Amino acid sequence: MRPFDYARAESTRDAVDRASDAGTQFIAGGTNLLDLMKLQVMTPDRLVDINRLGLDQIEETEDGGLRIGALVTNSDLAADARVRTHWPVLSRALLSGASGQLRNKATTGGNLLQRTRCYYFYDPDTPCNKREPGSGCGAIGGMTRLHAILGGSSHCIATHPSDMAVAMRALDAVVETEGPDGAREIPIADLHQLPGDTPHIETVLKPGELIIAVRLPAPVEGAQVYRKVRDRSSYAFALVSCAAVVRMDAGHIAQAALAFGGIAPKPWRDPEVEASLAGAEPGDAAFDAAADIMLAKAKPQDGNSFKIPLVRRTLKAVLTEATKEARQ
Amino acid sequence: MKTQLQINSREHELDADPRTTLLDALRNHLGLTGTKKGCDHGQCGACTVLVNGRRINSCLTLACMHDGDEITTIEGIGTETALSRLQQAFVAHDGFQCGYCTPGQICSATAMLDEIRAGWPSNVSPDIEGAPELTLEEVAERMSGNLCRCAAYPNIRDAILEIAGEARMQEAAE
Repeated sequence: MRPFDYARAESTRDAVDRASDAGTQFIAGGTNLLDLMKLQVMTPDRLVDINRLGLDQIEETEDGGLRIGALVTNSDLAADARVRTHWPVLSRALLSGASGQLRNKATTGGNLLQRTRCYYFYDPDTPCNKREPGSGCGAIGGMTRLHAILGGSSHCIATHPSDMAVAMRALDAVVETEGPDGAREIPIADLHQLPGDTPHIETVLKPGELIIAVRLPAPVEGAQVYRKVRDRSSYAFALVSCAAVVRMDAGHIAQAALAFGGIAPKPWRDPEVEASLAGAEPGDAAFDAAADIMLAKAKPQDGNSFKIPLVRRTLKAVLTEATKEARQ
Repeated sequence: MKTQLQINSREHELDADPRTTLLDALRNHLGLTGTKKGCDHGQCGACTVLVNGRRINSCLTLACMHDGDEITTIEGIGTETALSRLQQAFVAHDGFQCGYCTPGQICSATAMLDEIRAGWPSNVSPDIEGAPELTLEEVAERMSGNLCRCAAYPNIRDAILEIAGEARMQEAAE
């Protein structure tokens, strides 16, 4: 690791004030940041430790939703009785990620901001536009098993690795932040940016802007399903994952929120796919039509073209399960 | 950087560079070499310790972030003459071969049994709302952050499951 200064923040305002320059990083759980610092992929001049800010509470909101402090660990969030009962897709997604040890350290805010596990991003001996803007992309034309088929660009095809964020995207979570310009709320759909020609800019957060909490809207009626397809059955990143929240009405799909992981630079939701499912009768015809719409935009590489049929099968399996469960 | 650590019920004062991981602090500064360094990237679990009762990878956290925290290492779980129940079960079930991953396995399983007791679900729990079942599949999933390159996995699972069953019978009796 390169040398750095370490400071412990006393309040959120103190944290924001200390972190306004580009060389400063917040540290919470640290499971991803320290890993990247050991590899010198990330080389901050200063770490601001935010662990003692008391942002580790889960509170019910007035509208029946939940406000999850940024420092709530993945373990505590997955085990929370309210989450298990009313937002089970979130518990399921969290439990499918990482290991028991990592979930005990990893936080809600940190999970959203974790970096890609692209092999080339992790290897400073290879080109990577995300790690070193303008150096090129090692993945395009290279090893692409973990890489994006949707939302990528000619500069970067890295995927966002989170499971939690995929479930939160299907649940329409809202991210609360505090920054140099004050507090603001960001719908999770707008938090992450597509790479375009600036893959090193991953979110809309400004320097010094700190995630304070994530809010879930009140639970919706219907079935919630999370399915993750990966190379090992435990402790592996998704090749394809899907979070679904499905409501039925008189034997037809009233509404289907579908978010995908492992296939794009951010949790992927396609409004046209969901529109095609609204009002449809569950079955192969509707599910295939939805997959057709989603995959028409896909741009796979040789090494990840398997995700085209895998997304289709995952989408169909998830919708089959969710529509069946929502009918009961 | 001065840091107070309570390790295995004893106060320790550490004065180290902020880059020092909790793992390196334990092994290189405080002489507690029971905790092992495997991959040093949070993938193998050999460095697992308990911080305030919870299992974590000590290689992926800085010692200075833990000022005032209570840390339990393998040295605090049992000694050669007074093994913990779980350690005895690892011996009885032949739950290791080279032994390098064993301190991490024992620390991890010790805290994992508390997680089951607290009712935490896992990725393989058919019902995430109820109390977790005690099955080999549950133990395997919950221990997936601890690798054993000698592949003693079946015996490790058996050892842990025996102790999990004992703990549950004890709870039922109470």
